Amino acid sequence: MLELRGIKKSFGRIEVLHGVDLTVQPGEVHALLGENGAGKSTLMKILCGLIKPSEGEVRIDGEVRHFSDYNEAIDAGVGVVFQEFSLVPYLNAVENMFLARELNNGLGFMKRAAMRKRAAEIMKQLGISIPLNVPIRNLSVAEQQFVEIAKALALDARILVLDEPTATLTPAEVEHLFHVMRSLRSQGVAIIFISHHLEEIFEICDRITVLRDGEYVASCAVSEVDQSRLVEMMVGRRIENSFPPKPVIASDAQMVLEVEEVQLAKGGPVSSFALRAGEILGFAGLVGSGRTETVLAMLGAYSAARCKLRMNGVEIRFADPSQALEAGIGLLPESRKEQGLITSFPILHNVSLNNYGKYLLGHFFINRARELEDTRKAMQQVRVKAPSPHARVDTLSGGNQQKVVIARWINHSMKVLIFDEPTRGIDVGAKAEIYQLMRDFTAQGYSIIMISSELPEVIGMSDRVCVFRSGGIVATVEGDAITSEQIMTHATTGRTQHVA
Amino acid sequence: MSHDADAITGGQAEASTTPFWKSIIHSPLALPLAGLIVVSVLMGFASDNFFSVSNILNVLRQVSIVAILAVGMTFVILTGGIDLSVGALMALAGTMAAGLMVHFGMPGWAGLLIGIAIAVGLGLFNGILVAWGRMPAIIVTLATMGIARGAGLIYSGGYPISGLPSWISWFGVGRIGIIPVPVIAMVIIYALAWILLERTAFGRHVYAIGGNETAAKLSGVKTGRIKLAVYAISGLTAGLAAIILTGRLMSGQPNAGVGFELDAIAAVVLGGTAIAGGRGLILGTLIGAILLGILNNGLNLMGINPYLQDIIRGFIILLAIYIAREWR
Repeated sequence: MLELRGIKKSFGRIEVLHGVDLTVQPGEVHALLGENGAGKSTLMKILCGLIKPSEGEVRIDGEVRHFSDYNEAIDAGVGVVFQEFSLVPYLNAVENMFLARELNNGLGFMKRAAMRKRAAEIMKQLGISIPLNVPIRNLSVAEQQFVEIAKALALDARILVLDEPTATLTPAEVEHLFHVMRSLRSQGVAIIFISHHLEEIFEICDRITVLRDGEYVASCAVSEVDQSRLVEMMVGRRIENSFPPKPVIASDAQMVLEVEEVQLAKGGPVSSFALRAGEILGFAGLVGSGRTETVLAMLGAYSAARCKLRMNGVEIRFADPSQALEAGIGLLPESRKEQGLITSFPILHNVSLNNYGKYLLGHFFINRARELEDTRKAMQQVRVKAPSPHARVDTLSGGNQQKVVIARWINHSMKVLIFDEPTRGIDVGAKAEIYQLMRDFTAQGYSIIMISSELPEVIGMSDRVCVFRSGGIVATVEGDAITSEQIMTHATTGRTQHVA
Repeated sequence: MSHDADAITGGQAEASTTPFWKSIIHSPLALPLAGLIVVSVLMGFASDNFFSVSNILNVLRQVSIVAILAVGMTFVILTGGIDLSVGALMALAGTMAAGLMVHFGMPGWAGLLIGIAIAVGLGLFNGILVAWGRMPAIIVTLATMGIARGAGLIYSGGYPISGLPSWISWFGVGRIGIIPVPVIAMVIIYALAWILLERTAFGRHVYAIGGNETAAKLSGVKTGRIKLAVYAISGLTAGLAAIILTGRLMSGQPNAGVGFELDAIAAVVLGGTAIAGGRGLILGTLIGAILLGILNNGLNLMGINPYLQDIIRGFIILLAIYIAREWR
C-alpha cells in the first residue's frame, strides 16, 4: 500500500539520500534501520510532507502523491510519532488528540463530549488507560507516547511511523507498546518502526529495510537475518563486543563521594550511596524513578527535601552546578540539545564553555590560541568527527554531539563525572567509542555515575549498580549479581526506605 | 556512516579555507551592512547634502544617544531578555544629576557620577528581580520604567532643571578636532562592548545563556550573576547616554527619552541580533542605530511630514526583519 521509489534528496549540493526504496504492506511492522545519519529521518520527513524529495515518488495504494505539507500527508492516512513529541504540554489528552481537528457543531462550538467519547474509544481499542483530563505534562513519557499514537489514530492513520519510540521507555512500557503495535497490526495498520535496539526488531518486526549513508542497502524478512548480520548491514562491518573489559577495583578503594542521605520530596524515600575512586556506578531503574533528580539534587540543580554529601570525607553542599564544577563534579545531561549543548555555538565554544578560568590573559581576556589548541586536543582525544573546531554543533550527528559534551569535561581536572543516558539515540559504532572513553576516564582515576535505561549498557559497563524505584534506591548490586533479572526485579518490586 | 577512513578529526581542515566573499555573505553583519549601503545611496540621490562631511558627522551625533542605549540593550537581548526601562533611566539620571548640581550645589562631576550610579542601581534592581526573583524581564523593566519616570517627574515637579555649569555642554555639543564628543564617546563605548562580548569569558557566557540557559547552567556557568550584570550594564549605558543628553539640552529633562527604549530595540534587531537571544554582534547594533539615524536624517532633508516619517520608518523596519527572517 505504501511505496517509496528511488527517493533522492539534496540539501544544497550535498545529496543525503541516493535513491532509496521502501515498500510497506498493510498489517506489517516494518523496521527502518541504519546508524544515525543514514537518512532514516530525512526519508520519514519526505513521507509526511515536511520536506520534498529531489527525485523519486511516493505512492499510496498505487497512486502517486505529492504532499506539500504535513496536513496533506495526514489526510492521505500517514501518521508520525516523532522522537520529539509534538504535544502541547498544558492541554489534556483529548484536546491534544483533536488539536487543529476539533469536532465542531454548527455554531462553531466544540463538541467536547463527542471528542471525549471518540478518544476513549481509541484508547480502548489500543488497550490502554490514560487519564484524559490531566494536562499532558503531568503524564509519564510512555503515556505521552501512547497519546501520540492515539492522536495519529484519531486522524485515521493507516500508515503509522514510530521514530525511536522505545528510546525513553522502560522494558515494561516497551512490552506494552509492542502489545499495542501487535493489535494495530492485526487491524491492518502499516507500521514503520525505527529503533536502535536490535532485540526489539526481532521481537516485533516482520520485515526490515536497511539504509547506510543515504544508500538503500537491502530489504528482507526479519527471519532471513540474525543480529550480527543486521549490524553488519547497518555499519558495513562487524562490530565486536562493544563493552570494554571491567577493571578490578580494590575493595578498599578510596571513597570519593559519599551521599549520606538524599530525600527528593518530603516524606519520600531516603537514599544513600557511595562512589569509589575509579569505578563506574550504574543507576538503573524505570523512567521517572528519581535517578536524574537525585544527581541534580547533589549538584544543587534540583531542590530536594534533604541532601547531605561528603567529598573525600569533607561535608559539602552545592547551591548550583557552578559550585559542583569547582569541587570537581561534572554532569553530562540526559538531553543533549536541551540541556547539554549551546546549539548556536561552534564546537570550540561549547567545549570551552565552563573552562575559561584556564585561558585567561591578565584575568580578563580569553587566550584564544590556547583555547583553540586545547579544544583540538580534546576533540582528538574523544574522536569528534567534524570539519573543524569552528563547525557548529547542530551540524553534527548525535554521537558526535555527545562527544563534544564529553570533551567539555576533558579539559578540567574533574573527580566525578555523571553520565545521564550517555548513549541515548546514538548509533552502534559511536556507542562503543563512548564506552571506551568512559573506561579511559576511570583508568585516569575519575569516578563515574552512569544513569541508563538500557539494561545491557548498565550490565556491561557498571562495576556496581544502584537500582531506583519510586524516588529512592532499593538495592545495590555488584559483581555477578549484576544481571538483568536482579535489576528488573528490584526496579519493579523493590521497597524503598521511608523516613518521616 | 563510516567512522575511520574519511573522518576528519579536530583541526585538520580549517574554517579559514572558506573564500572571503563567502565569509562576508554568511556573516551576520551582511544584511545590516547591505541595508546601510542601500539606504545611504538612496538618501544620497534624494539629497545633494547627504554625503557632506558635516551632514555625516551630524547624523552620527544624532544617533549617538540611541546607539549608546542600544549597547546595553544588546547585552540584555543576547541573554534572551529585554530592557524597557532605559529611556526612563536615562531621563531620571539626567534629571537627578542636574538637580544635585542646581539645587544642592554639588560639583558637576559629582552630580554626573551620582546620576550614573542611580541608573546602574536601577539596572541592578532589574537584574536582581529577573535573575534571582525569576520574574519576566518585560514586566520587571516595564515596572521600573514607570517607577523611574515617575520619580524624575516628582523630583523635578515636571519642569526642566536648568542653570548647569557651562562646561557640561561639552559632553553634548563639544568637539575634538572636527569630531563631536558624543560620537567619540559612542565609538569608545562600542569598542569596550566589543572587547567584553568577543574577548572575555563574560561575553561568551552572555551568548551561552541566550543560546541555551539550561545547558549553560548545568555545565557550571554562573547564569544568575551574568544576567544580573547585563541589566546593570544596560543601566550603565543609560547613565552614560544621560550625560550626553544633559550636555546637549543643558538641563535635566524629566520628560526626555520617551520611546527611546523602542528605538534602541529597533537598532539591536535591525543590527541582526536575534530577539530570542544567543545570536548577534555588537557591531551590527551600531550599524542598526546608524541606519535608523540615516533614515531620520534623510526623511528630514527631504522635508517629509514627521507623522508620515513614523509610518515610513515602521514599514522599513518590518521590511528589514522580513528579509532577515530566512537568512540565518
